[in-house]
Amino acid sequence: MGSTEKEAIIRVRGLRNQFGPQVVHDNLDLDVWKGEVLGIVGGSGTGKSVLLRTIVGLNKPAAGSIEVSGVDVLNAPESERLTIEKSWGVAFQDGALFSSLTVLQNVMAPMREHLKISVPLMRQLGELKISLVGLPLFSCSKFPSELSGGMRKRAALARALALDPAIVFLDEPTAGLDPIGAAAYDDLIRELQQALGLTVFMVTHDLDSLYAICDRVAVLAEKRVLVEGPIGDMTTVDHPWVQEYFTGPRARAAQVKSTAARD
Amino acid sequence: MRGALPCRASTAETCPVMTAPSLTLENKENMLIVRLAGTMLTPFLDRIEKPIAQVGTGSATVVLDLGSVDAVDTGGAWLIVDLQRRLEAAGAQVSTRGLSPAQQNLLQTVAGHFPEEEVAEAPPRGLLPWVESVGAGTVGTWQGFVSVIGFFGLTLHRLVRALLMPWRLRWASVVTQMEETGLKAIPIVALMGFLIGVVLAFQGATQLRQFGAEVFVVELISISVLRELGILLTAIIVAGRSGSAFTASIGSMKVQEEIDAMRTLGLDPIDVLVVPRTLALLVMLPILGFIADIAGLFGGALMSWINLGVSPGMFVTRLQENTDVWHLAVGLIKAPFFAMVIGVVACWQAMQVRGSAQSVGQRTTASVVQSIFAVIAIDALFSIFFSEIGV
Repeated sequence: MGSTEKEAIIRVRGLRNQFGPQVVHDNLDLDVWKGEVLGIVGGSGTGKSVLLRTIVGLNKPAAGSIEVSGVDVLNAPESERLTIEKSWGVAFQDGALFSSLTVLQNVMAPMREHLKISVPLMRQLGELKISLVGLPLFSCSKFPSELSGGMRKRAALARALALDPAIVFLDEPTAGLDPIGAAAYDDLIRELQQALGLTVFMVTHDLDSLYAICDRVAVLAEKRVLVEGPIGDMTTVDHPWVQEYFTGPRARAAQVKSTAARD
Repeated sequence: MRGALPCRASTAETCPVMTAPSLTLENKENMLIVRLAGTMLTPFLDRIEKPIAQVGTGSATVVLDLGSVDAVDTGGAWLIVDLQRRLEAAGAQVSTRGLSPAQQNLLQTVAGHFPEEEVAEAPPRGLLPWVESVGAGTVGTWQGFVSVIGFFGLTLHRLVRALLMPWRLRWASVVTQMEETGLKAIPIVALMGFLIGVVLAFQGATQLRQFGAEVFVVELISISVLRELGILLTAIIVAGRSGSAFTASIGSMKVQEEIDAMRTLGLDPIDVLVVPRTLALLVMLPILGFIADIAGLFGGALMSWINLGVSPGMFVTRLQENTDVWHLAVGLIKAPFFAMVIGVVACWQAMQVRGSAQSVGQRTTASVVQSIFAVIAIDALFSIFFSEIGV
């Protein structure tokens, strides 16, 4: 599955997730290569978010193994887990910002917990992260309830980047944004990914995002990763859902747009 | 790299061994060479933060030699860019060398997003702003009071309308709330009443024994429990138990915009949320108060028997002969008023929740404090009223 010179930063093997009698994942394998942007797609209820939550440890799988940076996260001792947890950042779908803290305090929260640097430097780094995700500086002192949905998503990304993680997990980063905002967010993720050398694990439904920034796409269907590879290869996959998804009118429009943007 | 900090070099080269970042200064022919080395990653920056801040700005030409830096992230890049800016602002010619292209890119990205100095607005000081804040506080309190009265009127109107048109009432919701606020509160209320009776009998006995008037303990218990303590303490428990639950649950719905969603669907939040809760309290609080009364008398009778030798038979006889049924009525008449106040205050506070989870917490606290205070204040008013009319 993939060439040997690539280094798998996340390696999922034989994953099984089950809620009561309902099996969400069964014998699911997935590799995420270091430094790539991986898009996870799949119909509603195929367990995209569950997969994300399982990898970051919010959901305990019924079976299987998950390795992140070579560490078995399911069985690692507490201290090793903590080190791994500091090496990733998660931006939840609705932001999940702490509602009683300002945006800057939200970004500084993980720094206060894990870093020994001085508070003025934390504040400056926090402002830098907020500026990096394209929020104006006056939003630093705003509370999450005073921000628009798009701004909350950006603030969530700033908090996910607080500890300079190696891996960023994004859950539907562009859902609910206007097309211009979504395109700007895509550019932002691409730019940050290149500048900071991030690995991005992105659950998305946005075909524009998939075409614009994802190096590879993994399709969840039939309780496993049905197929993974560059998005260009997806149209050749012989599976009704994949065919409909990647050759439907919306997909064609997105493809045209991305080719036009590249030229 | 197993177990160690995961490799975070932004370049594709193999992961370097982590070394603490360090800084050395070298003066050469009017030129200052600042040599940075080691791993400039955010977790290690505490070791280099001070030395960097102490780099003097005296020299005309400064070279930042970054050749020995093996890894850098945004935190490290920020320190480098900050130093560069500080030196340039002091008039020095600054050049960097020894960076890989990827690191150069990162430095540029950070420099491009360098947060501008923010102009912090100093909070106004002096007498006038203080007077203003006192005035704003007073007006705010008054407006809050008017708003509660308005909400009380609205609730009363909807409640009466619901009772006149019972088919409009959400019976399932009412019954659920009755179970939550009433049925499930019976154990705690009964235990509380029982203990109050025990305490009164015990304390009363020690005092009354001095006069040889132990037998009056029956009146002491029955009148104080039936008139005041039974219903008052029940109301306080219900305010703490159900009032807080009302505020927290409706307040969370407010945060989630569920209340707004109801309005857009043509559902009146007062009808859907406030009326069933208030109605449930109106029905259940008198019943709970009655249970507390009985438990109080039972506890008192038990303690009188054990401690004073007043037999249960004698207790009941004296109770029937000397305690007017009006004492019970005076207590229970107050119950619906308490119920109304607890329901209205709790639901009004819930409607004042804005945005954050913290706001829910503050409003819940305020709801319990205010409704307990209001219950005691109303009880005092009733005491004066009943003594004036001579009941």
